[in-house]
Amino acid sequence: MMGFGPIAPEANEPLFHAPWERRALAISLAMGGTRQWNIDMSRHAREKIPSAQYWSLSYYEIWMEGLKRLLTERGLLDASIKKLPVLEAANVAPVLARGSPYTRNATAKPLFKIGDRVKVRNLHPEGHTRLPGYLRGATGEIALYHKAHVFPDSNAQGAGENPQHLYTLRFKARDVFGANTDDVLHADLFEPYLEAA
Amino acid sequence: MPHDGHGHDDHSELSPIALRVKALESLLIEKGYVDPAALDVLIDTYETKIGPRNGAKVVAKAWTDPAYAKWLKEDATAAIESLGFTGRQGEHMVALFNTPETHNMVVCTLCSCYPWPMLGLPPVWYKSPPYRSRAVIDPRGVLAEFGVALSEKTKISVWDSTAEIRYLVIPMRPANTENLGEEELAGLVNRDSMIGTRLAGKAA
Repeated sequence: MMGFGPIAPEANEPLFHAPWERRALAISLAMGGTRQWNIDMSRHAREKIPSAQYWSLSYYEIWMEGLKRLLTERGLLDASIKKLPVLEAANVAPVLARGSPYTRNATAKPLFKIGDRVKVRNLHPEGHTRLPGYLRGATGEIALYHKAHVFPDSNAQGAGENPQHLYTLRFKARDVFGANTDDVLHADLFEPYLEAA
Repeated sequence: MPHDGHGHDDHSELSPIALRVKALESLLIEKGYVDPAALDVLIDTYETKIGPRNGAKVVAKAWTDPAYAKWLKEDATAAIESLGFTGRQGEHMVALFNTPETHNMVVCTLCSCYPWPMLGLPPVWYKSPPYRSRAVIDPRGVLAEFGVALSEKTKISVWDSTAEIRYLVIPMRPANTENLGEEELAGLVNRDSMIGTRLAGKAA
């Protein structure tokens, strides 16, 4: 999708453009600590905002709309009060420092190895996916292998982590965009998105 | 900020979105789902502790210490963690070394994935549709908007962060900096040079 105008980087950009953005960041991260959803569900919640609305919202407005959807879907804004794990102030630093590593043990051996030529499948799933549309059908080469990671397409649906092998593919820009250039581009793609070229 | 001119309560200066966020925060605190003190710690963390100076230290060390640069190439997550930078949105790191032949540039076309422990919160342009849509198809045009004109011989290598791997660009060390120490060198590493939309050497 194109036609969004200039990038317009802002000189000396402030970290937040209004005080409410600070609060939006903080309540989003703190609610992540209640573990009522995973990162893939929160990305999917933002993606489910109708397009015309999505493209008209600022970044933290999108976060707030996504958060509202996650809370509403789980009945967390209704009159009842549920007992949730809470991110306490004293735990913020260790929780952030620990992060959430996404590597998992795979059940099968990887199908591809570094240097293999592979083709991106022409997939159009209805739910969440991390396969960018512009790469459907493109052929590239395995550049890096990252072992198995949580598979977002499953995890976003609450269908389990379903670990899948993750690769970085290298594409020639001319193979993807038909451009007359020697530039290359890379994307991190899960094995179910790929087939042997 | 919108102002209707005739409000008299505490909220009269707040925009509709600011009011909604305030109401949501109050509700979540009232229900016991968030600890208000944790909110302040979270904000303080990203305002004062985690930001691009972390990444700049990694770059400066890579410029001055060949053994560290080698480690960074082979296992960026461990090499960066050794400097104390780790965690949320930096769990799986790859370092991309710029050379005269190849200039690396990072984007997340699907959302706004960014190496938070090294660079802090992403700038608005990184999260916005113009950059997300054009970085992959027109990287040279994007660089021109940042005032960067690369040699025609320099190949551009774009990295779309579509999974949980996070990328840190190691820009080229500016010329005539042989006499500078690690700390002074870190001062030459601007945030955008670690995303790949600028070069090191000038503040941005």
